[in-house]
Formats: sequence, structure tokens, C-alpha cells
Amino acid sequence: MAETEIKNYNLNFGPQHPAAHGVLRMVLEMDGEVIERTDPHIGLLHRGTEKLIEYKTYAQAVPYFDRLDYVAPQNQEHAFVLAVEKLFSVTVPKRGQYIRVLFSEIGRILNHLLNITSYAMDVGAMTPMLWGFEERERLMEFCEGVSGARLHMNYYRVGGVAFDMPRGMDADIKDWAENFTTFIDDLELLLTENRIFKQRTVDIGIISAEQCYDWGFSGPNIRASGVPWDLRKSQPYDAYAEMKFDIPVGKHGDCYDRYLVRILEMRESLKIIHQCLEYMPDGPYKSEDHKITPPSRADMKQSMEAMIHHFKLFTEGMRVPAGETYTAVEAPKGEFGVFLIADGTNKPYRCKIRAPGFAHLQAMDFLSKGHMLADAVANIGSIDVVFGEIDR
Amino acid sequence: MDLALKELGDYISGSLGDVVTDVECRLDELIITIKREDILRVLKFLRDDANCQFKQLMDLCGVDFPEEDERFCVVYNLLSLTHNNRIRVKTWTDENTPVASATQLFSSAGWWERETWDLYGIYFADHPDLRRILTDYGFEGHPLRKDFPLTGYVELRYDDEQKRVVYEPVHLTQEFRTFDFLSPWEGAQPVLPGDEKAETTDGEAEEGA
Repeated sequence: MAETEIKNYNLNFGPQHPAAHGVLRMVLEMDGEVIERTDPHIGLLHRGTEKLIEYKTYAQAVPYFDRLDYVAPQNQEHAFVLAVEKLFSVTVPKRGQYIRVLFSEIGRILNHLLNITSYAMDVGAMTPMLWGFEERERLMEFCEGVSGARLHMNYYRVGGVAFDMPRGMDADIKDWAENFTTFIDDLELLLTENRIFKQRTVDIGIISAEQCYDWGFSGPNIRASGVPWDLRKSQPYDAYAEMKFDIPVGKHGDCYDRYLVRILEMRESLKIIHQCLEYMPDGPYKSEDHKITPPSRADMKQSMEAMIHHFKLFTEGMRVPAGETYTAVEAPKGEFGVFLIADGTNKPYRCKIRAPGFAHLQAMDFLSKGHMLADAVANIGSIDVVFGEIDR
Repeated sequence: MDLALKELGDYISGSLGDVVTDVECRLDELIITIKREDILRVLKFLRDDANCQFKQLMDLCGVDFPEEDERFCVVYNLLSLTHNNRIRVKTWTDENTPVASATQLFSSAGWWERETWDLYGIYFADHPDLRRILTDYGFEGHPLRKDFPLTGYVELRYDDEQKRVVYEPVHLTQEFRTFDFLSPWEGAQPVLPGDEKAETTDGEAEEGA
């Protein structure tokens, strides 16, 4: 028989594929069913957020952060307002801090619910998705109750939050949080010991701690590799220093451990939510410095100065003192950082957004090499990518 | 916190010698500016030295200052998990001078450098795969430069006759509006007739006192 040359096969994965989690296009070089090389093409959802922010005032920039990682918008806003607050050196009243921490944790659960359940769907389980979305809807109702918008909240403000929590909402959240433990138990019953789920995830896409450092991993992905690193603990911001919670850590750094870490993180988030509700102090929910936050309606009817402040804030915006900062928060996907350069005017000079998913997706080539095609899908699901934040 | 960072800054500039042109500690953040030629040596030192251990390159980006001689600033944000520290390394370059690629030290630099090349046109020497990453296939220009207009130059639409997407020069139905909020009353120092007298009398008064 004559010798024939076997050529590698190029496969186009996406951009319109349900398991691509958005608009990822991957060019896969296949040797039969085994992946030799992965080349992710990103940028199909590029909207030029960083450029747009340079032309907007600081307050107008906040909604853009909702649209980055649209699965958990709160946490992105949190990073930006913290960065601006750092340049102002302003302290947020305790109540404002607690509300922000509370909703950041709600954002974390929103994110993990979507990630775990859609990941389960990628590897063949349908039911968790349907269950998870019901819970997500409940959480979004809280978001709507507090800010008026289910998804893109635009709720965090420099110096605090936009509105106080409506009366009775803390009881509603508490009610939900008490029942949510049972939901996680049910979800675990479906997945954790599920034979098919384990076959698809255990020992797939292993990454060691050293490799995590090299690829700039953060968040649940680095914790699944056994590194107890969490910005909420190591560089606490807002009220996180007062919260008691643990950091779940994985052992093997494979897809299954990443799933387990996320499940446990939801339980830790619940602890934080309970503490926030229990110890939330009364008092102002935003800074009293009206060069930064708008004065109350009642004040505006009485005081000329309040009127001027309001007018200046909503036309010119705030003048942020010149300086620069890199401020990062522990977003559900990992370290979400904002590198902000202010030049003393009412618009940022440069606002670089450090998206955790960007670094994680970059390791796709490394993670998928030598795996089967179907494992690439498991890998994408387990590193938790959302294209709003990767493409910016 | 602040003091420890200052010490670390002094230690780094002491160990690296005159490569480091500037060390500052602002808002609890350590910033060092270095010469472009030595970027790899500095990053390697920061990664491997026992007192630094900045093993993670969290972010790499460009900043455009068109009025400077070397208009681009390349910013590296490093994180040390062992010491729970961050450091920002800055170096300057222009449109034509390449910066050495950090990919051999940090794998994560690969895409960040591609992005910086895409958006600013900063060239990284010895990068294994320096393609555009965020913009469209066949895009021209570097959109995050300050002299690139916000609206861009081309727009695309689906052409029903040609049955494909076509590119056209951008057409704005409404003129792009920017509002200048910089107050003419602040910072301006108009010279009014008679001002010079005020200065001289001030001077005399000081001399008298």
C-alpha cells in the first residue's frame, strides 16, 4: 500500500456555537479527534469601551461597566467606583459599604449560577440550567427592587450607591438566602456525584499552581489549583475586612475542582450575605461630600448651594484630582482591575480594564492541547468566559 | 504599608542601579519607571528576587501622551502573591522603537502585548505571534491613540445587491458633539492694565518687611 501523507485537519469552532459562550471563534488544528493547537479569535464583541470612557464623564462611565461582564454587572461597577474613590481619597459611609458588599455577593451568586448550570449543559445535563435560571430571576428581582433595572443595574456610585435599599428588602433577601442552601444541595445532588458529569470533567484541563502564575490566573481558577488567594481576604476593600468567610481551595486544578470551588464559593457568599443583613448599620448610604454625590431632593428645594452642586454634577460631572491608580476587586471570574489615569478634568484620561477572562481564555491553547474535541467545550465552560469583558 | 512599599522601592532601585530612573509611592501604590532597553532584566529581577517575587503579570497596557517626545508609556502591573504586593513598572517608547516582548518571562504577556499593538501600535520585538486581536480582520489604524477619532473612519453595512458586507467611509447623521466644561475663569491669568504695579508694590512691601 502506498504511503499517504496525513494532514492535520483545521476545524472552525464558533462563532455561532452554543457552547462557545457567546461569540468565540476558535480555529482548532486537529489530529483526528485530538486537538493539536487552539487559536481563539476574539474581538467579535469589541465595542471600544475604553475609548468611549475617555469621552464620557466619570458618572457616565459607570453603565459601561455593567456591559462588560453582563452576568455579574455589580462587581465591575464596584471596581470602577473604588478606583475613582481612591483618587478622591473619599471614605464611603458604612451603610453604603455594606450595601455594595451585599450586592457584590449577589452578583457572585448570579455569576456562579449561570456558569455552573450552563457548564453542566455543555457537558450534557439539561435540568440544572432550568433550575438555576429560576433562582437567578429571584436575585434579579432584588436588583430591580433596589435600582430599577434587573440586569444592568448602574447602581454603584462614586461615594456610595445611588439609592438606599427599600424598606423590607432585607427581610426578602434573608428569606431567599435561607432557602437557597437547599437549592445548592439539590444542585449538588444532580451534579457532584453524577457519573457522566465526572467522566467529562475529572482530570480534564489540569493546570498547576506554577502554571497559573505564569498565565496570570486569578479567582476560582487559581484557587482550584490549590492557591488560597482571594482579594477579598488579602487586600480587603469596603466592608470585606469585617466579614467572616472561608476561601475554598481545590487540589488538582482540573475542570471538576473548578466546579467544586464555585459551588463552595456560593455557600461562602451566603454567609457574607447573612452577615451584611445582620450587621447593616443605619445612616447615610452615600458620601456627604456634594462635590461627589448629588444632594437630596429636599435639600435642593431649600438650599441654593445644593442646587448648584446638583446642576454642576449633572452637567459637568465631578473633577477628579490628577493621579493614577490600579484598583482591583475579586469579581466572580477573578481579578477585575481598573487602571485609571485622571488628568484633573471631568473625564478619565485613560481607563484600562483588566478582565479576568482575557487571561483565562489565553490559556485555552495550553489547556486543550492533547485533549479530545469534546473536552475543549468542557474547558471553555470551566474557565468561565464571558465575551462582554474579554472583547470590551 | 506605605513605609514597607517605600523600602521595597529603595531596595529595587538599589539593586538594579541606574536602570531605574524614577521610584515613587503614590496612593499606596509603588511605581517605578525604567529605561526601555532593560525591561526584560528588570522584569526577571522582579519575578525571581526573593524580596520581590512578583510572579504574576496581571496587566500590561499602553497609554498615549501625544505631546511627549516618546509618546507611549507601556505599563506593566505585577502582583506578588507571596508578599501580597503590587508594583507598576513603566517605560516609554515611540511609534517606531520596539519594546522587548515579555512573553519569555510571563506567558500571560502574549495577548496583552497583542492588544497593546492592536490599539496603540506599540511594537514588541521577539513576540511569537504579534497579530491584531480585538479589532476587525483587516482593520487599519490604532484606535486608542489620542489622534484617532472616536467615530473611526469606516462603517460597514450589508449590501443587498452585492450580497455581502461592505465598508464605507463613516457618515454621521448628526455632528459629533463634545462639550468643553473647562471653565475659562479657573486657571486663566489675564494681564490687565495696571497689574504690573501691583507686583512691584508687593515686592517693595516684602523688602520693607
